[in-house]
Amino acid sequence: MSVLALSDAKVGSAGVVERIELPDEVSHYLAHLGFLPGTSVEILRHAPAGDPRVYRIDGIEVGLRNETARHIFVKLTPESQEEAA
Amino acid sequence: MSCHTSVAEPIEETPASTPGGSPRLRTVALVGPPNCGKSTLFNRLTGMRQKVANYPGVTVEHHSGKMKGIGRNDLTLIDLPGIYTLATYSEDARVAVDVLTGKMPGVPKPDCILLILDVTHLNRQLMLAAPVFSMGLPTLVLLNMADQLEARGGKIDPLGLARELGHPVALISAAQGKGLDAIPEFLLRASLKLDSGLRPVQLPVLQSAASCRSWATQVTGRTRYQTPAASLWTRRLDSLLLHRIFGPIFFLAVVVAVFQVVFTLGQPLSDGMGTVLTNAGARAALLLPDNWLRVMLRDGLWNGVQSVLVFLPQILLLFLFIGVLEDSGYLARAALIADRVMRSIGLNGKAFIPLLSAYACAVPAIMATRTIENKRERVATILIAPFMTCSARLPIYTLIIAAFIPDHRFLGGVLGLRALTMLGLYGIGFLAALLTAKMLNSSVMKASHAPFILELPQYRWPTFKSLGFRLYDRGKLFLQKAGTVILGVTFLVWVFSVLPIHGGQFSDLSQSIIAHLGRAIEPVLRPLGFNWKIGVGLLSSVVAREVIVGTLGTLYGVDPATHALGLQAALRHDLALGGAIALVVFFAFAMQCTSTLIVVRRETNSWKLPALQFAYMTTVAYVAALLANQLITHLL
Repeated sequence: MSVLALSDAKVGSAGVVERIELPDEVSHYLAHLGFLPGTSVEILRHAPAGDPRVYRIDGIEVGLRNETARHIFVKLTPESQEEAA
Repeated sequence: MSCHTSVAEPIEETPASTPGGSPRLRTVALVGPPNCGKSTLFNRLTGMRQKVANYPGVTVEHHSGKMKGIGRNDLTLIDLPGIYTLATYSEDARVAVDVLTGKMPGVPKPDCILLILDVTHLNRQLMLAAPVFSMGLPTLVLLNMADQLEARGGKIDPLGLARELGHPVALISAAQGKGLDAIPEFLLRASLKLDSGLRPVQLPVLQSAASCRSWATQVTGRTRYQTPAASLWTRRLDSLLLHRIFGPIFFLAVVVAVFQVVFTLGQPLSDGMGTVLTNAGARAALLLPDNWLRVMLRDGLWNGVQSVLVFLPQILLLFLFIGVLEDSGYLARAALIADRVMRSIGLNGKAFIPLLSAYACAVPAIMATRTIENKRERVATILIAPFMTCSARLPIYTLIIAAFIPDHRFLGGVLGLRALTMLGLYGIGFLAALLTAKMLNSSVMKASHAPFILELPQYRWPTFKSLGFRLYDRGKLFLQKAGTVILGVTFLVWVFSVLPIHGGQFSDLSQSIIAHLGRAIEPVLRPLGFNWKIGVGLLSSVVAREVIVGTLGTLYGVDPATHALGLQAALRHDLALGGAIALVVFFAFAMQCTSTLIVVRRETNSWKLPALQFAYMTTVAYVAALLANQLITHLL
């Protein structure tokens, strides 16, 4: 099972949040939007310029810049991994 | 006199004896996460009209009002900024905590809490419940958007949830006004200290995000909560509106359409209004005896105010568009599309919402910068917000454009030169903001890396009622301004345009005090292509931008050479194209707004920033207007 940065996951794939390596106030805010270890996340789409990207987490959609998503690590679900392979 | 809506009222002490309740219950706090419909409920319960929009972070201050909407005038309801947690990282969350703990000066400690949560995202929203319950106050949990939960196939057992939470729970729809009976019932029980029959519950001891979260998930799991399906519409619409190519095109098309409609639909309306007002004024004047009183009422009071009033239709059209964009949820998508540009100038994406609201008025925009945690970025946003073209610039823009720019059409009449000129004026304002931010970023303000985190709300249909209220409020505000500030300043201008009195006669305009004053500053303004009347207009509009139109209306109305002409014709008589364009360019950059200066002073606690801002913006405006006039007169 590979763990990779959320910013590296492909649009259309899905995974489960493993860990978040961001300063307290940022990870705290993200936690309240649902970014907590164990929550499943789906990479929905990217903004027209490619960055930020839109993630579906816990029933809502959240836009994050890649510079932030780079510090969130996810384990891709098996189906997504097969697709990637 | 400020151009933002503020209906917050001071909290008065209620008399000790109140019907239907013990004297103890006085203050109720309304708490909830951002964008959960809190302000909508507040408006329902108080009959007031706080600004509501479909994006998070609209309420940044606490507001309060009597609960008239449910017949409890004895109770004060406090609306708090939306918060995810009671741990404070930003100023708006700090405000909420201070009010709840009774530490906010001038605000009594709340006696009970209405906790409103968006039931379509209960797992996440319930995280706020644990810290709120631990405040130990009687709390009613309101599960809002119950109608949407049902429509999208979600489920919840409210009784089971109440038992799990140890607090009463009610399903409501604040937008449709359903289920609100639970609130007066709860308030009655709270004031009589009746037992709710619910047992206190075990709350997470360590209230970290993770523990609140697992507590919330356990609770909803035991109450047969089913998350509603994602709105298909929102997804489909987003794949179109955030499309790589179509997304930005749609974004631009929306912006261009706004200006085009303001002209093609707004101009005839405001011309018609002008005719009606002029005729009404002329007719009313005939009823008065032909003496100084008639002259004063017509020239001193009516002329100035009516020249501003004619812009009401265009202002309302602009706000109709802003209202549709805000209520539908498109603005958050626009923020996503624009983030690339924001980042390239070193601004946080969070600055986008305040900057966008600056297109209506800089005052609430500057107050909305409180959601930006980083002090430097906040100051940068305050500094550039007044460059965004606010609605107070609309009268002078449309006046000059209608008078000087021919109505050429391209693309089969869809696109007009006038709308493009207007777009250009908005564009240079935005460009000035961009360059200023860039400059601040590379010198004074070193870039910091506050992240861009943006929640995208579901798309919603704007309701006629909500749009109607917005227009009514905006129209009222505009008329109030016309009847107070604009009337006052233009009347003063008129008084000085007929003084001194010689032998019982008013002076001619050319011999008046105002003409002397105007001619004294004329040498500075000549290179910009302005005559002394425009100069007086500029001086008077330091109070508020719209005043210039009133002042020009008054001065050209008094001048025998132009008093029979309409304001547009009078301007063409007196100004060359270079001067006219220089005038609107000046207004694109200049800080002609006392309200903004005062609010910046209030938000930063010193006159340093507003003084700097005024000097900087006036200098930019002068230089740019000078360039515009010189270029146009020499090239054309």
